Amino acid sequence: MSTVAIAPESALMPKRHYANVRHSVASWLLTTDHKRIAILYLVSITLFFAVGGFFAMMVRLELLTPKGDLLDGDTYNKMFTLHGIIMIFFFLIPSIPAVLGNFLIPLMVGAKDLAFPKINLFSWYLYIIAGVVAVTALVKGGVDTGWTFYTPYSSTYAKTEVFLAVSAAFVAGFSSILTGLNFIVTIHKMRAPGLTWFRLPLFVWAHYATSLIQILGTPIIAITLVLVAVERIWGKGIFDPSLGGDPVLFQHMFWFYSHPAVYIMILPGMGVISEVITCFSRKRIFGYEFIAFSSLAIAIVGFLVWGHHMFVSTQSTYAGMVFSFLSFLVAVPSAIKVFNWTATLYKGEITFEAPMLYAFGFIGLFTIGGLTGLFLAAMATDIHFHDTYFVVAHFHYVMVGGMVMGFLCGIHYWWPKMTGRMYPPLLASIAAALVFVGFNCTFFPQFVLGYLGMPRRYHEYAQEFQVLNVMSTAGASILGLGYFIPGVYFIWSLFWGPVAGPNPWHAKGLEWQTTSPPPTFNFEEDRPIVVEEAYAYSIEGAESVS
Amino acid sequence: MSHSSDSLVAHHFEDIEQQNESAVLGMWLFLAQEIMFFGGLFAVYLVYRYKYPEAWAAGSTDLDIVLGTVNTVVLLVSSLTMAMAVWSAQTGRQKGLVRYLLATLVLGSTFLVIKAFEYYAKFVHHHVPGASFSFHSEHFPNADEGHVQLFYCLYFIMTGMHALHMVIGAGLLIWLITLALKGKFGPDRFMKVELTGFYWHFVDIVWVFLFPLLYLINRHH
Amino acid sequence: MSNVPLAPEQASTIAPKIDLVLYVLTGLSAFFLFAVCAILVFLAIRYRKGTKVNRVIENPDAKALELTWTIIPTIMGIAVFVWTALVYFEYSRPPENAMEILVTGKQWMWKIQHPNGKREINQLHVPLGVPVKLTMTSEDVIHSFFVPVFRVKRDVLPNRYSDLWFEATKTGTFHLFCAEYCGTDHSRMVGQVVVMEPEEYELWLSGANVGVPAASAGEKLFTKLGCVTCHEGTSPRGPALKGVFGKEVQLQTGEMIVVDEDYIRESILNPQAKLVAGYPPLMPTFQNQIREQDLFTLINYIKSMSDEQNAKSGTTS
Repeated sequence: MSTVAIAPESALMPKRHYANVRHSVASWLLTTDHKRIAILYLVSITLFFAVGGFFAMMVRLELLTPKGDLLDGDTYNKMFTLHGIIMIFFFLIPSIPAVLGNFLIPLMVGAKDLAFPKINLFSWYLYIIAGVVAVTALVKGGVDTGWTFYTPYSSTYAKTEVFLAVSAAFVAGFSSILTGLNFIVTIHKMRAPGLTWFRLPLFVWAHYATSLIQILGTPIIAITLVLVAVERIWGKGIFDPSLGGDPVLFQHMFWFYSHPAVYIMILPGMGVISEVITCFSRKRIFGYEFIAFSSLAIAIVGFLVWGHHMFVSTQSTYAGMVFSFLSFLVAVPSAIKVFNWTATLYKGEITFEAPMLYAFGFIGLFTIGGLTGLFLAAMATDIHFHDTYFVVAHFHYVMVGGMVMGFLCGIHYWWPKMTGRMYPPLLASIAAALVFVGFNCTFFPQFVLGYLGMPRRYHEYAQEFQVLNVMSTAGASILGLGYFIPGVYFIWSLFWGPVAGPNPWHAKGLEWQTTSPPPTFNFEEDRPIVVEEAYAYSIEGAESVS
Repeated sequence: MSHSSDSLVAHHFEDIEQQNESAVLGMWLFLAQEIMFFGGLFAVYLVYRYKYPEAWAAGSTDLDIVLGTVNTVVLLVSSLTMAMAVWSAQTGRQKGLVRYLLATLVLGSTFLVIKAFEYYAKFVHHHVPGASFSFHSEHFPNADEGHVQLFYCLYFIMTGMHALHMVIGAGLLIWLITLALKGKFGPDRFMKVELTGFYWHFVDIVWVFLFPLLYLINRHH
Repeated sequence: MSNVPLAPEQASTIAPKIDLVLYVLTGLSAFFLFAVCAILVFLAIRYRKGTKVNRVIENPDAKALELTWTIIPTIMGIAVFVWTALVYFEYSRPPENAMEILVTGKQWMWKIQHPNGKREINQLHVPLGVPVKLTMTSEDVIHSFFVPVFRVKRDVLPNRYSDLWFEATKTGTFHLFCAEYCGTDHSRMVGQVVVMEPEEYELWLSGANVGVPAASAGEKLFTKLGCVTCHEGTSPRGPALKGVFGKEVQLQTGEMIVVDEDYIRESILNPQAKLVAGYPPLMPTFQNQIREQDLFTLINYIKSMSDEQNAKSGTTS
């Protein structure tokens, strides 16, 4: 709003920048520029978000009534399965890393590109191939195993396109691995002079932790999916109970990746929040080291808690205890982050631009998501909540309330950097409020539904659950509107948005020291040299802002 | 840093050291990923071996130890020739480089051909998991056929994944040979050879674990 | 909106204990959430741009604060963990004297068999105030037996037994759900748990649709399948089964193993997997030759052979 400096357009908008150096389609599809690849990802994940959102809408509509009158059982099962597969493998996991991480990490460390630009492009193609395979599975009749692919249902009993679906997830996994690899090498080897580890923006720390999980966790889901695929081909295999195979082993292997994958989804969102909170409070972050190391702690301990998905699976009681204990511990670093963000506001000079509103929303929703996680880490309550709507509500609070809010927060914050233009601030604030309200209306009733005992993945349910389900569907329509509005004003802003200038938020960080949008090699002059810590905001300095 | 090496530096790197260090770190991370990938398989192997020792002994004894041993030797020698190829590239021995790369390729292919014969024999004896699987061992009349089938599932998936890595390695070698023939390598530019070497040795090491676990450790007579 | 229920009934002995954990966790969570939100809003308003407040930070180093908000949640977490683990122990250890009922899950129904052989589908009648242990298995995919008012749930797996116990504290008819996704009609794999006064239950149990009592049906199977030829009295071909249930036996490998349902099941389906020391590998497999329910009946019979034994030794000692 008032902080957007108004100046002659020509002075603020560079004539040549990464997006207009060449215009052909081929120049986009064969680009090795990390910023263009980020835009390719942004377009593709938005499409998948829309597809996944459509399935979510069908699920919510079906659940308006207790009888399965809109969709039959098989169709409903395909709807929630595709919603899960597309949202997780094609939206949530790539969202912040592949779009914002890709665009910003080289800028933030003062490099001209990621370490391996061709591999970066290859990652996008893998993602697209995976997407094509997933869409093929969809067109050929869909898949109905749930995104968790539990055996022996997926390996032996399902009659749908399981092979194609697991292949899609497999390929998407390698896209994710290569992105993580690129980030780690870039962060290690390509930092600008003076940019020591503890001067790195926390966004970069968060991506470092995320990348570790991507590299060390994703291969396990890859091999697990190979085992399921082979079993589909041979008709016999590792998880087949009739041979003495152990279907619960699948769950161990699946969650060994898929629990850390939750942190792949949430850690980058936390990174975004650290940037935004500091910028709009004009303050240094409170407890830099604590936030940085809590990201690593989450990544490491996160690998040791997978068994909390299996408290009722006949896993041994003692194994359950260890997993439960570690799950309580992994909540601590998340709590540390929330406390530090809150403390950052103290004695700041706070403004309420749209990204800041999303950041506030993130903190609130993520706190609820994290705290309800304790109910599931606690073995006694998990007995009751396991596989009910309580779990559905919990992970949507983390993944949608956390990750999607974080993603929208980041997009609103760096949109002027990516495009050189602003969006209408008032409309953006209204959309942020709609998303927050719509989200809570959709998912809060589901906590109660879960407590009442409504199991997940039911297309028909007992009469007494209806009122809460109707509330949830009503909330979902508000949420849908909240997501739709930014889509409209972002497209508007591309063409008619006011020119933003290099640093509309007067933010610190190397990415704001170049033009908006940046040139192809990121910095016009020589390599930037870093002489101060991250977030060196000072209130006095900010007084010059009109 | 000399001027001749500047032209080898990609636009986004500051100097050749940064570029090479990045490439090496990238390869190590890739191999870490590979370790987790095979690690998952080894974990499954250990779980079932603990559960069904009898079937594991039966399946293991049924494997062709002669071909397995020959293949192990072939692969270890190929690691040596690969190391020699890297050394040749580093010291600018152009002819030696081509020869050693060719030797590695021939040895790698030999491994794959022998493996194909082994697979074929299993196919003939109905030891490939699926509807037509059948197994009977004189030494282990008590081994449950289902459990042995699990062993064979793992045998084929583990050696199959390894063989797939060998095929990719062979492709990389062919690529390197064409580059070497064009004289693209020298003392100041050998990263492609060195990194392929990393990969090749890793694939060998996987076999060094597979061979005892599948062929030797439960063998009885 | 008055007809919106906010909490399910508590109808088992463990339900109030689980709910108590739930209430405490809810209280703690609400406190933290409220505290974080309140402080956030307060700071955001007080330090919004343009307010004239002191913004000079005297002591930017705040290690003590960091340690406080690291250590306090850790201690609280550990305390809750210990408590919740104790409740979980209770859930995972059925009492010795529990009445045993077989549950078989299959796509998409629950088959129940009572100790006297009475069978029912998608309905489970149980007596009030008596611990009931369900021994559960699946004929196909993984299911999960879930009774919300009892606050109990456990996965039901193919080729393996899992158990679940509860003691009902309220009469009435309650929901039974399958909680693990199992295919097309997963949401129709539901049923009812009917809790009755013990006398009514006895009456119901002896009513129509009574099968042969599981144990005596088991005796017939034991003879019919030929088990009796090697497993009764002392035979060099197979170990006698009287009194072995629940005891440790030594295997040929030297390992000790406790004879439980899963071991007996494995020994019937795959006799050579874990041979008892001193016996030859003679027994044929019964894989695919015996129905899941018969298998259970047989196992129950073998168990009952030990009950008599235990009862006797109990009186003599």
